[in-house]
Amino acid sequence: MAEYQNIFTRVQIRGPLHAGVPVPRGPWEREGKPFFSHFMGLIGNAQVGPVYLGSLGLASLVCGFFAIEIIGLNMWASVNWNPILFVRDLPWLALEPPSPANGLAIPALNQGGWWLMAGFFLTSSMILWCIRSHQRARLLGMGTHTTWAFAAAIWLYLCLGFFRPILMGSWGEAPPFGIFPHLDWTVAFSLRCGNLYYDPFHMLSIVFLYGSVLLFAMHGGTILAVSRFGGDKEVEQSVDRGTASERAALLWRWTMGFNATMESIHRWAWWFAVLTPITGGIGILLTGTVVDNWFLWAVKHGVAPSYPAIYGHIADPAAAQGGS
Amino acid sequence: MLRISLPGVALFGAFIVALIGVLTFERPPVDVIATGPQGTGMQILYNPAHLTAQLAANQAPPALPPIDAGPKASTVYKNVQVLGNISTGAFTRLMVSMANWVAPTQGCNYCHVAGNFASDAKYTKVVARRMLQMTIAINTNYQNHVSNVGVTCYTCHRGQNNPSQVWFTGVTPGSGQGLAEANMGVGLPTANADGSSLPSDPFTPFLLNNKPIRVNANTALPSGDRSSLKETEWTYALMMSYSTALGVSCEFCHNSRAIQDWNQSTPQRVTAWYAEGMLRDLNRNYMVPLTGVFPAALRGPSGDVAKINCATCHQGVYKPLFGAQMASAFPALEGIGTAAAAAAPASMNSGPGPAAPSPMPPGPGSTKP
Repeated sequence: MAEYQNIFTRVQIRGPLHAGVPVPRGPWEREGKPFFSHFMGLIGNAQVGPVYLGSLGLASLVCGFFAIEIIGLNMWASVNWNPILFVRDLPWLALEPPSPANGLAIPALNQGGWWLMAGFFLTSSMILWCIRSHQRARLLGMGTHTTWAFAAAIWLYLCLGFFRPILMGSWGEAPPFGIFPHLDWTVAFSLRCGNLYYDPFHMLSIVFLYGSVLLFAMHGGTILAVSRFGGDKEVEQSVDRGTASERAALLWRWTMGFNATMESIHRWAWWFAVLTPITGGIGILLTGTVVDNWFLWAVKHGVAPSYPAIYGHIADPAAAQGGS
Repeated sequence: MLRISLPGVALFGAFIVALIGVLTFERPPVDVIATGPQGTGMQILYNPAHLTAQLAANQAPPALPPIDAGPKASTVYKNVQVLGNISTGAFTRLMVSMANWVAPTQGCNYCHVAGNFASDAKYTKVVARRMLQMTIAINTNYQNHVSNVGVTCYTCHRGQNNPSQVWFTGVTPGSGQGLAEANMGVGLPTANADGSSLPSDPFTPFLLNNKPIRVNANTALPSGDRSSLKETEWTYALMMSYSTALGVSCEFCHNSRAIQDWNQSTPQRVTAWYAEGMLRDLNRNYMVPLTGVFPAALRGPSGDVAKINCATCHQGVYKPLFGAQMASAFPALEGIGTAAAAAAPASMNSGPGPAAPSPMPPGPGSTKP
């Protein structure tokens, strides 16, 4: 096992092909004949399949397919159905929400109607997949932690594209579909509302995001480092602490005086990950609805420092001329 | 079974990363000039290699030796509508200079009918006369923007018949007739907004029409400002065009922590603000009325006339030609002894503003935003 603590795994875990524990009930079975893949074995379990699709999984894939088709075909239409431009410009292409003048009405298809429909199908797809993960976990006798973590991500997605536009009274407030367009939208959001970095819930979200990264690196590094002592058997180690767990704990107690346990580190990680989109979503919902300019809000509450006016007083020339 | 060589994958990956690195990044060093308080990130970045190339490409040509002798031009030449009151010496010198600036290969005959210089038969002469009036109007009415640098024909033309940096009106957003969403005016790579997917014609609403540019909230809590995120994207695109046109980042004018706050901005923002009113004036009162004069080949996709934005003069430099004061060598272009200044229409969105040698004219009775 000496090879197993390499940063790149050179050991592939291969047992006999198996379908897993029996499916307790329902009309569906796990689909497909399982097989081994060397490539998948490099990054995870070498056995691929079988997959349990189920009615929820099927419905989710169908909805997801509709959403991708609507988005993709509209993008293709925006370059006059030119296949070369479609591929070359794909990162720039967009499916835009309706104009703000449309409010919350259902717009014409080519004026944002497709956007609304794509959003409906994409949301349905994600929620169906989320429920499916809940059902699968329950049927395996597991907890439903991953379902709630996924739900937290869906919460942020809906805050951006559904809840906040409704609170603002216009679908036009929602982000477009598209790779660069949604990034441009993100910057515009911050510009419009006086710098999102002064939004305390955005601050919290960043704390949890960076914290998640830190915890991931600490935990992953610790377990890899003690895998030579069987530290990768985390579940066993959390119930019956062995030398791997002792050494890992001692490392952190020596270096920073405190250590998480084999069990609690996963709570740390789960909560940090889940709180990232939850706090982020709250920050989005407050923006434009109860706070319009986060910088001025931060000044009002003593968060943002002031700097000396090195150019003297710069007046708004429009105010000086009585115009805008 | 699929077998992949890990070193092969790593080599290929390293090659791709190196390729992206070489094609994307600039070669160091980069010179940093701080323009604001420490910690605000207000900096201007210059790459000396680029700066050398820009300096070489943005040099003003030498002016002809000054001549101011002879009777009034109108007493010697016919059909002199703008420059009639200056001496024939100064008049001839300016005419030769204009040929050098705009039509160095074609010479006088680019605008004039050979043998009958008084004739207005060539469209180029009609355009040139209006552009002369425009140049004088810029140098006299808009000193709050051009200051003592001023403009000449060369500022835009650079020895070419047509200025290279002009703009035409793009598609009308939402004008797609098909079932699919097309012609939204956004979502395509556009050089007008620094290669982003932002609105590709941010000029028509703001530099031809007078749509409000300001979208940032001015109060901590909502107080009725309904500026939308879509409007913000249009303003954002316009600002990116300014940035590209001047070869500067946002921090040249703004403190990015509070983009809207004038009191945290630099004096350059005031100078830029005067340009917006100036460009609307120039596009509406000088360029658009010439639409029918230009041949169709020089007009845009929708038949509109070429129009002016920051890049037309600045061409990637924070001051056109790095601030060379070309106009001062041609008093007529600064409105001295010409009839054009009075003929110029009143500027929009910009007061009569007295000549301001400082780049930061504090407006009378100004109030804090």
